[in-house]
Amino acid sequence: MKSIAVSAEGPSMDDPVDPRFGRAAGFLLVDPDTLATEYIDNGASQARAQGAGIQAAETLARAGVQVVLTGFVGPKAFAALSGAGIQVVQNLDGLTVRQAVEKFKNNAVTPSSAPNSPGGRN
Amino acid sequence: MILSVASGKGGTGKTTVSAALAWAWKAPLDLMDLDVEAPNLHLFLDPEIEACEKAHLEIPTVDASRCTHCQMCSKLCQFKAISDMGRTLLIFPEMCHGCGGCLAVCPEKALKPGLRELGEVCWGQAGEQGFFMGRLRVGEAMSPPLMREVKARWKRSGQTQKRDLIIDAPPGTSCPAVNAVMDSDVICLVTEPTPFGLYDLKLAVEAFRPLGIPMGVVVNRYGVGDAAVFDFCSQAGLPVLAKIPFSRSLAQAYANGRVLTRAEPALVPLFRDLADQLQRMGRQAKEVPGDA
Repeated sequence: MKSIAVSAEGPSMDDPVDPRFGRAAGFLLVDPDTLATEYIDNGASQARAQGAGIQAAETLARAGVQVVLTGFVGPKAFAALSGAGIQVVQNLDGLTVRQAVEKFKNNAVTPSSAPNSPGGRN
Repeated sequence: MILSVASGKGGTGKTTVSAALAWAWKAPLDLMDLDVEAPNLHLFLDPEIEACEKAHLEIPTVDASRCTHCQMCSKLCQFKAISDMGRTLLIFPEMCHGCGGCLAVCPEKALKPGLRELGEVCWGQAGEQGFFMGRLRVGEAMSPPLMREVKARWKRSGQTQKRDLIIDAPPGTSCPAVNAVMDSDVICLVTEPTPFGLYDLKLAVEAFRPLGIPMGVVVNRYGVGDAAVFDFCSQAGLPVLAKIPFSRSLAQAYANGRVLTRAEPALVPLFRDLADQLQRMGRQAKEVPGDA
């Protein structure tokens, strides 16, 4: 089974999906079978003047993530995630982490082929 | 000597003052518009542009066949311009500040120098005075590298010892503004007697004071607002060198691209006096460097 990361506003499965990828509060790594979770704080990316999305992508690549569920991804972050071979699912803002994971497990999401945000300092 | 005309707040009258000072300056002079994001000094001085040249920043390009993903480059880069994603080395050209560090540390010679266009440098003559300006490429996020290219072009004129220079600086107090003024002998801060003007004047003084360059203040639109700017200047030990009256006719002259001293002869003594004071401050600073 794939290792999933969800951009999250907090460390629990019932926290909202953080719509921002690069400047998300953190990422919840979720094992889709057991729903075991691990929270990665994204403070280092949030504090950057620029390059937050690239930094976040590096963090997820190091954690061995294969799929990321999130809201909006800018072009540089998208290029970085693609470079790491990480699948990107966008437009999941408005859901909780649990709902996003369920949606993914039910094959009700489509991986994106292009960024959906202009990105940069937002 | 080099004089920078700067301000914290935009729209206080930097270009208005620069153009009038150019008119009133007695010594041989060159002019430089370093507000490269929105240059407009040429609209007032109407220089004859002799040439424009594209300016570039050296950035890395990768030869993927040589990269061993040792990550020496990506760990060195402080701007995330180069990122190793395990099997792909990614370069984000627009993030690069052009330090060349990645090219220097790569042990595999996998990085080769490439170029990012910054914009253009233009130069020419405005009457007897040399004129230099930069124009940032639309979409380019960093202006200091282009500003350095404009300064380098001026230095290549070979006249820098014989001629004074007035720099029309960009507004603000961040890297572009500091880059514009950092090698000046004197800074003329243009402000207005309003809460906005005062707030941003304070920021500018705070940003520039560590440079140790003598500063003087020109209050534009004198007659509106209040006396707080003057109180601040006297407390901070900043001389108020001139007060340009608030007047509709001056605003109209500006809007028509006219130099104030031409449009309003009554202002000639004011700008002659301002030019004299600034020249004196600049020459003194040049004689006793660092004693500001």
